[in-house]
Amino acid sequence: MLVVVCVKQVPDTTQVQIDPVTNTLIREGVPFIVNPYDTHAVEEGLRFKDRFGFKVVAISMGPPNAEATLRKALALGVDRAVLLSDRVFGGADTLATSNVLAAAIKKLGEEEEVGVVICGKQTIDGDTAQVGPGIATRLNLAQLTLVDRVDELEPAAKKIKVSRKLEGRHEHVEAPLPVLLTVVRELNRPRYPTVAMRLDSADAKVELWDNSVLGLDVNTIGLKGSPTWVSRIFSPERAKGEMLGDGARDPEGAAQLLVDKMLEKDLLAL
Amino acid sequence: EEAALREKLAAYRGVWVFVEQTEGEAAKVSWELLGKGKELAAARNCPLSAVVMGDQVEHLCKQAMGYGAETVYLMDAPVLRHYRTEAYQKSLCALVEKYKPEVILMGATGLGRDLAGVVATVLATGLTADCTGLSIDKGNLMQTRPAFGGNIMATIVCDKFRPQMSTVRPHVMPMPEFDASLKGEIVREPVPVAEDEVQVKVLDILMDKGGSKVDIAGAEFIISGGRGMMAKENFALLQELADVLGGVVGASRSAVDAGWMPQDRQVGQTGKTVRPKVYIACGISGAIQHLVGMQDSDVVIAINRDPEAPIFEVASYGIVGDLFQVIPALTAKLKALKTARSGA
Ligand SMILES: Cc1cc2nc3c(=O)[nH]c(=O)nc-3n(C[C@H](O)[C@H](O)[C@H](O)COP(=O)(O)OP(=O)(O)OC[C@H]3O[C@@H](n4cnc5c(N)ncnc54)[C@H](O)[C@@H]3O)c2cc1C
Ligand SMILES: Cc1cc2nc3c(=O)[nH]c(=O)nc-3n(C[C@H](O)[C@H](O)[C@H](O)COP(=O)(O)OP(=O)(O)OC[C@H]3O[C@@H](n4cnc5c(N)ncnc54)[C@H](O)[C@@H]3O)c2cc1C
Repeated sequence: MLVVVCVKQVPDTTQVQIDPVTNTLIREGVPFIVNPYDTHAVEEGLRFKDRFGFKVVAISMGPPNAEATLRKALALGVDRAVLLSDRVFGGADTLATSNVLAAAIKKLGEEEEVGVVICGKQTIDGDTAQVGPGIATRLNLAQLTLVDRVDELEPAAKKIKVSRKLEGRHEHVEAPLPVLLTVVRELNRPRYPTVAMRLDSADAKVELWDNSVLGLDVNTIGLKGSPTWVSRIFSPERAKGEMLGDGARDPEGAAQLLVDKMLEKDLLAL
Repeated sequence: EEAALREKLAAYRGVWVFVEQTEGEAAKVSWELLGKGKELAAARNCPLSAVVMGDQVEHLCKQAMGYGAETVYLMDAPVLRHYRTEAYQKSLCALVEKYKPEVILMGATGLGRDLAGVVATVLATGLTADCTGLSIDKGNLMQTRPAFGGNIMATIVCDKFRPQMSTVRPHVMPMPEFDASLKGEIVREPVPVAEDEVQVKVLDILMDKGGSKVDIAGAEFIISGGRGMMAKENFALLQELADVLGGVVGASRSAVDAGWMPQDRQVGQTGKTVRPKVYIACGISGAIQHLVGMQDSDVVIAINRDPEAPIFEVASYGIVGDLFQVIPALTAKLKALKTARSGA
């Protein structure tokens, strides 16, 4: 049985800065990383491999340099890596993205049965959490989002039981395989690659699939296949506030100024 | 082609809000969305409707009307007792195909995001996540949302497909007034799913204990601490201040990761979005992932010893100083004020 793990290469958004003059994102020099949630997806796939001998395939849609992200997955023990890269995939929103990823998973399934698809809960750049549900819908898989624990997986009985982390509650659910999971940080602690595996992965093969392999209608992928588009990008407005007193030399005085301010603005419900 | 598109779009009319409920209790974000939905419906000169789904949830229809829904579509059956993607998806898609709304708003909660992503895929339409601003321009919904961890804002349009779907985080839109005198119509619809068609079974639901049961998202005053608090014990200082103000203690992710505060107190991108009357950030640098969770608070007060800390960029009032000196002084002064007032 196959486990397919979806990994996305993302800019490290903690290091993104805004150009104060042009108000645009400074992307130069910002390192690319594996989407943090996807490292937990890879880890869970590898645990299935360790326990049940499933084969794990990592797939990613992105530009050619997204190969680096797949190589990291290979270094961790993933059996096979496929990069979905083609100009016609570019500019995709989540509907078009899930179309490409679902088609690739379907294709992998022609060779060997796919039991589990694992995605991160969301990415740190697009941040929508929509791609997982999109893939599950297109492949008609049971969908279990926000998984924070896998309680049971029975390959023979084709059943999985998991815990889902929701607001203020946890839900325990059971679903038949094949299933799609989206996973949260609490699920597991990703392993580190061994030096040997990292060296091995340096010349391991990342397969490249373009649209001639998938054969998707160009009106359903990339920019053309995307119902949503970005009409404007701007930086969030920030109004600089008022600094009160000299808190370093005179904390008492600064605290008093703050109390006065709160009284003046009628903020206190004492 | 233009004309064909216009005709296709014109077949869709009305603003819908999906009312999320668990155990018959509505998520507040649904009412917040009705407040926003009313504005959008007015701008489009079209009706505002709510969709209520569940098992024995008719009481929610009246509530939805009180928050402004003119029509409430009700699907009520045991198969909808617990949320399950398949059952809800089929139900909602059937409603959409029958009544063709132009806009559907849902909470960006675990449940809302689970459902919205599936429904949009089935309907092959656009879905914009985590919107913080919604307005109408030339007949289209302008959906503004943070991306890249909050570093930028993007306005997203879906001008060639209907319905236009958005999710919105809780507490981003203001809560509308409830008006019990508002009337509306309930439209009952059959549920198009049978239990044996649903693959997923809910085994049980556990409410998180977390000891405290403090809902930071509902508080008027939030006093949050970050890595600058240095140790778990020091959060007592913040609790003391919170007690005087009648508020609750929140935290940055660093403080949560350090084990100083439970996860349900975390404010930010991967924690809660809050918009209290007053948010006091103590020893929090103001990373963008934190800011996106609290920058809509009415008043933000920051106490940090680093004058360059980005938190000051969103603060209404800032004090540069050592929180271990400023906070106790502030608490003492407020206590004195409170005693003086209650004595008077
Ligand atoms: C500023 C901005 C705003 C945007 N807003 C929207 C919007 O509101 N709606 C919309 O439809 N699109 C939006 N997009 C486009 C969206 O970012 C892309 O479609 C992106 O390819 C996938 O969405 P995501 O990053 O949000 O993924 P998510 O849905 O958050 O990702 C969830 C999981 O799916 C998997 N996954 C996602 N992408 C890939 C990939 N390329 N390869 C392999 N696995 C993947 C990963 O496992 C990931 O953890 C926006 C883009 C930008 C630049
Ligand atoms: C995908 C992702 C999601 C994230 N989600 C969240 C989230 O939801 N919420 C969140 O908060 N973060 C989140 N983060 C983390 C975020 O990037 C920051 O790392 C975090 O917010 C920093 O916490 P902090 O401000 O407490 O700590 P620091 O950045 O270390 O700041 C500590 C501050 O305390 C000040 N200080 C120290 N001592 C004193 C003193 N004695 N008196 C006064 N000031 C003092 C310092 O000057 C400094 O500014 C996320 C990150 C990622 C990558």
